[in-house]
Amino acid sequence: MEIIDLTIHELHEKLKAKEVSSVEATRAMLDRIEAVDGQVNAYITVTPEQALVEAEAADKRIAAGDIAPLTGIPVGLKDIFITKGIRTTCGSRILENFVPPYDGTAVAKLKEQGAVIVGKLNQDEFAMGSSNESSYFGPVKNPWNLECTPGGSSGGSAAAIAARTATATLGTDTGGSIRQPASHCSCVGLKPTYGRVSRYGVIAYASSLDQVGPLTRDVTDAAFLLGAVAGHDPKDSTSVNTPVPDYVAGLASGVKGLKIGLPKQYFIEGLDPDVKRAMDEAIALYKSLGAEMREVSLPHTEYAVATYYLIATAEASSNLARYDGVRFGHRAEDARGLKEMFAKTRAEGFGSEVKRRIMLGTYALSSGYYDAYYVKAQKVRTLIMQDFLNAFNEVDVLLTPIAPTPPFKIGEKLADPLQMYLSDIFTIPVNLAGTCGISIPAGFSAAGLPIGLQLIGKPFGEATILSTAYAFEKETQWHLKKAPL
Amino acid sequence: MKITRSEVEHVARLARLELSDSELDTFTGQMDGILAYVEKLNALDTEGIVPTSHAVPMENAFRPDQPAESIGVEAALANAPLRAESFFRVPKVIE
Repeated sequence: MEIIDLTIHELHEKLKAKEVSSVEATRAMLDRIEAVDGQVNAYITVTPEQALVEAEAADKRIAAGDIAPLTGIPVGLKDIFITKGIRTTCGSRILENFVPPYDGTAVAKLKEQGAVIVGKLNQDEFAMGSSNESSYFGPVKNPWNLECTPGGSSGGSAAAIAARTATATLGTDTGGSIRQPASHCSCVGLKPTYGRVSRYGVIAYASSLDQVGPLTRDVTDAAFLLGAVAGHDPKDSTSVNTPVPDYVAGLASGVKGLKIGLPKQYFIEGLDPDVKRAMDEAIALYKSLGAEMREVSLPHTEYAVATYYLIATAEASSNLARYDGVRFGHRAEDARGLKEMFAKTRAEGFGSEVKRRIMLGTYALSSGYYDAYYVKAQKVRTLIMQDFLNAFNEVDVLLTPIAPTPPFKIGEKLADPLQMYLSDIFTIPVNLAGTCGISIPAGFSAAGLPIGLQLIGKPFGEATILSTAYAFEKETQWHLKKAPL
Repeated sequence: MKITRSEVEHVARLARLELSDSELDTFTGQMDGILAYVEKLNALDTEGIVPTSHAVPMENAFRPDQPAESIGVEAALANAPLRAESFFRVPKVIE
């Protein structure tokens, strides 16, 4: 096996045994990026010099016997994470030349462990999109089929795992932006419970929904990476002060007697037959492992997409007000007066999906419409949360598809934003409910495209969905299959 | 029609976004379609339901009021499109 194919825990063992150095691993990854990223476009910025300095420092630590799970591991970060001294664009022209003066908390935690940052990953502009086509830096291609999208918005973070141009990556998930690309690229992606990971130094899209999480080659890696970034942070007043369990220690606890719920609203007519088959096989496997399957109902599922596109756009319109050309980022030239400078700067700096969402959100918050749209959506959000609480009175975990179809073609859904929004129907409710979900590889379509399986847990039930996912992974080989690149 | 072109123009002004004629046309059509779709929420009776603004029930997060390190003037101004001494410089405000 080549270095670029290894998981975090496999590479960790080799680093610890001094079979491989971090500099060798980092060089291998940088060479791989050089060789294949021209086809994939997963990276916006590659940081070879800095990465090699960090790798040398990691090797010194390891030589001194000081090794943490991520010491010396080459990782990539979605370009939404603020990184001191490394350009951070959020996939937008408006931040094309923005070099942050500080590190966010998740990044600082990775650095403390001695992880090596090889670069910043492509994404939909301001994390708004389901296909990675809204990036100012061009679409990301799916390593399983370069004509397909890798999903979004953390498309680069997922594609880099599949292309083997990072050992692990961090993404963010507001309506499915970790889980859906993980599904489309056949990797593991976990969206933690809201408040589990600090959002300090993560560029805000929709603040009541955004959450940071890992994208990895297997479930064990997801447990390591989540453990590294989770925890309370005084710099994020919405981070929750609940102890972080040892996610790795509990992985092998099995599913015997576990009650798994199948929400009937997620197994609908119109589900792609390949996706349906993968779900049926997964259900049969869990049964054979001793889990108890039960149908449950999440009756407000069909209202989730409408609720999301009011709440998320309203929050986005407020969050993105800061991009006005005054303190950082792009500024339009030759404006007559301040107001014109604002309007022109934003016109030049934002792409059409971002403009569309700012417009929708501004409308939903505007005088005369606030109650009818925004408050109404907040009330329906309460009903959607209640659905999950009720279901979790009956079962421990929910099993659902991630997406109604396998990855779609680049350009296929660009003309109709509403069709694009509806592709997130199975992931959005988890963000609205604020709970946790994981996507794991569960098979391939007849055309050879990846299909993911979603396990949804109770709030702060990450350990349970991880051990449930691990039980599946141990019995299947899907996560070992490599993209033809 | 859920939204007219002139309403879209008004929203663009509120959002401080200069939109071209073709963008105004496109957004009017697309926003109309999306707003028609979200109308489905009206099928639900939400009388007496408390709105959720946050996923985790939370009270104010307090911390001791102690001075801490800040990033400093030079770092804060390093990304400024235009500066003058220790200030951000902008086009004239009074029109």
